[in-house]
Amino acid sequence: MASSIRVRAIANGETTDVQTLIQHPMDSGFVKDDKGEFIPAHFIQELTFEHDGKKVFVADWGTAVSKDPYVKFSFKGGNKGDDLKVSWIDNKGESDTATVKIQ
Amino acid sequence: MALAAILAALAASMLSSAQPAGGADRPDPVTEAAAFRNYFVKKFPDVKLEEFANGPYALNEDMRRQWQEIDQFPPYEFSLEKGKELFATPFANGKTYADCFPAAGVGIRQNYPYFDASEGKVVTLELALNRCREANGETALPYVGDAMAALTAYMAFTSRGKPFDIKIPDDARALKAYQNGKRYFYTRRGQLNFSCATCHVQYPGEHMRAEVLAPALGILNAMPIYRSEWGGMGTISRRFTTCNSQIRGLPLEPQSEEYRDLEYYLSYLSNGLPISGPGTRP
Repeated sequence: MASSIRVRAIANGETTDVQTLIQHPMDSGFVKDDKGEFIPAHFIQELTFEHDGKKVFVADWGTAVSKDPYVKFSFKGGNKGDDLKVSWIDNKGESDTATVKIQ
Repeated sequence: MALAAILAALAASMLSSAQPAGGADRPDPVTEAAAFRNYFVKKFPDVKLEEFANGPYALNEDMRRQWQEIDQFPPYEFSLEKGKELFATPFANGKTYADCFPAAGVGIRQNYPYFDASEGKVVTLELALNRCREANGETALPYVGDAMAALTAYMAFTSRGKPFDIKIPDDARALKAYQNGKRYFYTRRGQLNFSCATCHVQYPGEHMRAEVLAPALGILNAMPIYRSEWGGMGTISRRFTTCNSQIRGLPLEPQSEEYRDLEYYLSYLSNGLPISGPGTRP
């Protein structure tokens, strides 16, 4: 299975622009399936971006975030060729990590 | 005497309507397609012809900006990747989808649907994919499901930019299929009493609640689409059936003859417009 994370980070002078798309069902726990049973809640709890050993972006998420979430932000610093590490962990303890080079 | 004259006139008019395709106005797809295109070009003089393949984004500047932002990171990417994987995965007998299609299935989306002369019916891409599966001993995929959407997304992606090239051969049955699709397109149905044309010919660019209606010209070029409303990908079959439910009508079976003829009709009218699928829609 391919990675659940797509990241693009572009160094832009003093700041780095980051765009991310994550594949995740983000089930709220309030939706029923076609048999009328509740689909158990399944959502990302923490999303972290690390650059140079330092957390540059941490999101505490809940059930209100949509399926396959998209995140865009920028942070100070970051040079072309640096590593940017992205990781998420959900309420079932599942997780995924990806590391990309800043462009 | 007067009665005889009327009868004679009636007989003459009946004779003239007994053309092979049936119907007093013998269909002339070439003229009709040109008129159809002209209608949209006149209605939206600022929109370039090929832009109609981008649906509502061609008509609404605000939506267009949002779409361009989204398209830097298109939500259909996961599906596209899955489609590529599925397409390359061999069946139990070792063959793949590529063995069923001309040019190994790459860059051929613009030729579908086509009229199959031996069968006398229209064959769509979704139908051809399932026939390929069945011919190789696999079960058919649901036409409104994610796997079918992923496969068609991949096939559309490899055909991006190629203009629709739908042919109506010199065959009464092909003309009849075209005519049947046209009839379906313009027939009002459902509790709301809408035809396909009500929204997509009469009111494209207008709002229906928060949505901007897409023009019928080029409407299939972006298929399959990732719809935010669905939270996922949808095939042409899914779009047709949900359209029918939304006007509170009873959808037909996916890939029933009428839907296939409708797809044939609509695709023919968009001849020359580039394939832009897979697309994203709100």
